[in-house]
Amino acid sequence: MGSSLTILPSHPRGALDRCLGLQSNNARPDPIRLVLLLLVVLLLPAMFGGADVFASEPVAAVAEAGADVGQYPPAPKLTADDYPRIPGVNSRSVVWLAAQLHLWFAAFVLAVPIFVFIIEAIGMRTRDRRYDEMAYEFIKISITAYSITAILGGLLLFSLILFYPHLFQYLSTIFKGSMFYYALLFFLESATLYLYYYGWHWLQGDFKKWVHLTLGLLLNAVGTMLMFLANAWVTFMMSPAGVDPSGVFGGSEWAAIHNYLWNPINIHRVVANVAYGGSVVGAYAAYKFLSATSTKLRAHYDWMGYNANFIAISALLPLPFAGYYLTAEIYAYSQQMGITLMGGIFAWLFIIQAVLIGALFLSANYYLWCGMGRSDGAHRYNGYVKYIAIVIVGAFLVWFTPHTLVLTNEELKSLGGPYHKYLGPLGIMPAKNTAVNVMIIFTTLSFMIYRRANLIATVPWVKAGNALQIALFTAGILNILFLGIYHGYFTNTVYKVAASIPQVLTTLIIIIASTVIDAMMYRGAKQVAPLHWGRITGRSQYALFLLAVAFTWLMGLMGYIRSGIRQHWHVREIFRDTSVDAITPTLGYAANMVSIGTILFMAMVIFIFWISQVSTRKTVTEGYWKEAAE
Amino acid sequence: MKNFLKVVFFSMATVAFFSGFANLGIPEINPAPPPVEEVLDLGAMSLDEFIALGERLFTGKGTCNLCHEPIGGRAPLLDKITSIAEERLADSRYKGQATDAESYIYESMVEPSAFVVVGFGKSGSNDTESPMPAVSGGGMAFSEAEMLAIIAYLQDLEGVEVTVEIPTEVDTAPEEPASAEAPAAEAPPRAATPEAAMTQYGCGGCHEVAGQAGALGPKLNTIGALRDAAYLRRSLLDPNADIAEGYPPNLMPNIYGDQMSARELEMIVDYLASLK
Repeated sequence: MGSSLTILPSHPRGALDRCLGLQSNNARPDPIRLVLLLLVVLLLPAMFGGADVFASEPVAAVAEAGADVGQYPPAPKLTADDYPRIPGVNSRSVVWLAAQLHLWFAAFVLAVPIFVFIIEAIGMRTRDRRYDEMAYEFIKISITAYSITAILGGLLLFSLILFYPHLFQYLSTIFKGSMFYYALLFFLESATLYLYYYGWHWLQGDFKKWVHLTLGLLLNAVGTMLMFLANAWVTFMMSPAGVDPSGVFGGSEWAAIHNYLWNPINIHRVVANVAYGGSVVGAYAAYKFLSATSTKLRAHYDWMGYNANFIAISALLPLPFAGYYLTAEIYAYSQQMGITLMGGIFAWLFIIQAVLIGALFLSANYYLWCGMGRSDGAHRYNGYVKYIAIVIVGAFLVWFTPHTLVLTNEELKSLGGPYHKYLGPLGIMPAKNTAVNVMIIFTTLSFMIYRRANLIATVPWVKAGNALQIALFTAGILNILFLGIYHGYFTNTVYKVAASIPQVLTTLIIIIASTVIDAMMYRGAKQVAPLHWGRITGRSQYALFLLAVAFTWLMGLMGYIRSGIRQHWHVREIFRDTSVDAITPTLGYAANMVSIGTILFMAMVIFIFWISQVSTRKTVTEGYWKEAAE
Repeated sequence: MKNFLKVVFFSMATVAFFSGFANLGIPEINPAPPPVEEVLDLGAMSLDEFIALGERLFTGKGTCNLCHEPIGGRAPLLDKITSIAEERLADSRYKGQATDAESYIYESMVEPSAFVVVGFGKSGSNDTESPMPAVSGGGMAFSEAEMLAIIAYLQDLEGVEVTVEIPTEVDTAPEEPASAEAPAAEAPPRAATPEAAMTQYGCGGCHEVAGQAGALGPKLNTIGALRDAAYLRRSLLDPNADIAEGYPPNLMPNIYGDQMSARELEMIVDYLASLK
């Protein structure tokens, strides 16, 4: 071992860090701005700078001086015998299931407070009590899920200590500070959640309601901090930082936390959690809708399901971009890891992912189209639905088309090579980027016609506004097609990748501009008739179940690949996994594990939904209790 | 209850469909097993075996062929690397210290950004920074000997003279895929002394040396007084490189570079150089 210490990595920081700066703020004393600012103040230091709490000394200083380096050992070099085993128990499967179940529940309980906060704020602004009641019902569901999340977290911790003691010891040596603060934050999270939930009916009215909303913000800030800390441990294993090539810790915990993939995962998980939370609550509302015995209840749960789906889809639309950013950063960190991810043994996984995301988009759109039945004015737009459906299915098929095919010699001969003459070009990334952008744009269109279905615009420039919308969508789609086709097939690789950015920007511009134009066009619009909440088919509710199941399964699958691209490393290129389970499992095996996890998760969620109803039931017990003496 | 069962059935059917598609709808690929530790006896290798080691490292542990391959165009092709090296060393963008093709390839492995081929730099670096990791560190952690084996493989691939000398010692414990063929297991038994090596390869059949009296080639009894080790090594690896006066070319077989292990070669060279 050399005496000099080189701290990893020397990689430049990610795109987000490069372009992010805290802008000067001329905020007026608006309560919403104040609470948002509080959120920013709480989160930004931990994400992007400072975090002195974890950094006893600057990394460079430690590296140069070699101070205290001797106290940290290199990453252990283990043999298979160093991993404790219990006969009949597969260590990896236990840790895998515990981690995945913990993650599903954690995603749910972190997401629900985010949109409960938003819904509560909407209720406060509109003074519509229905929003407040719905927010309360959501948080009530998450309160039981919270304790199960903690139990599963404990199970994960115990299984790690039991089956992978050296890994846990190594990680806890580096992350001892953040693990300690994680535990403290967990107390704060619990206290805030209980206060937020149990104080809901107490903290009502002008000032008290503001206090309650601020509690909601605090709950979200603490929950997000908890997730960011856990993300740091996970991403350190993928893109280690703050250690030398042999794994000797340099002394700065902040350097290890702020590793290359930390922020890309943070962003991806926040967005995905919201989409996921929305989908699970949507499934809850769908079940309640199907079981409702009165028109009033059906209307209530239809409205709840619509809102949950709206939240899920709003987060689903930017999710592919967050995923793309994460993948680009994985490539930027390590081209080898990126190729293993997209072009190596995991390449076929993205075909499964395409099926799942196709299922998500199609079910979400189907639910919206069915929901148009609530409006008496929907007949004006029903004719467009089939065209939107055709485009979305077409885009899905492009996304689904593989690049290379595993073929027998005879098939290869008959096809004339590993690529199909016509379908082969659809397998590469430019085609898929184009397809996903088109899919998102047409889902936006579905939203737009759903919103318009029950309204009649009264502004004098309706025709001009519609022409502007048509021009916007047409120009945008043509631009996306041009970028995808020209740069994807007629220029070199660098432009193929680079063209995806203007494609994404085009999509974002279409979404934002069309929303703004429509909002202006339909300002003061007349309603065709009041919306008939509850007037929707039972079949449509299964789209919400499909959404929740597909999301759960997809998260499990992507968890497998995120962890799997480390291959036979506990901490990539630092700490080898030499256990008997170090081999990367096949996709089929992983899919079966994900299915087992999904079924366990669904069983637990059903239990939670059931238990949340039990507390409201009362059994009359006449004659059982001794009557109080008069 | 009916609704509950319907929803459970629907959800289970959805899960079964996803699982079924992942198991039956796409080809099942078995990922390669993790590499296992194997101590190489480099000194016992012939040049062919050393080149074969380089190929295995290139396609196995190093996963170099993931990027350096024609499909995808992620990294420059290396099939003409030695021919192109001279041009690159003369390029104004070259920032390294290499002086010839061999040292250029070596430098490209340990310091990939010394020269970045146009169009293959990291995004935004204007081709000044290579996306390739240094192979001497990180997960690959190639030893010196392994890097030399890759150079030998690339030279052999291109069909040019292999200029690399096989090191006799391994500086770090190298790793090889478990599935890789173990070359040492199939290699012939190696000589322990220079005399034994010269007997094994039949030097005395043609040369007068080590108590034998061949008359076909030049006498080698005092060759160390006339020629240095580099000359002797070259003569063993490429007998036609320098022809002794009075002897025709192509008389000595050009096979010893392939047959001898690096250690045997060095033993013979040292022994001959000591004959003064």
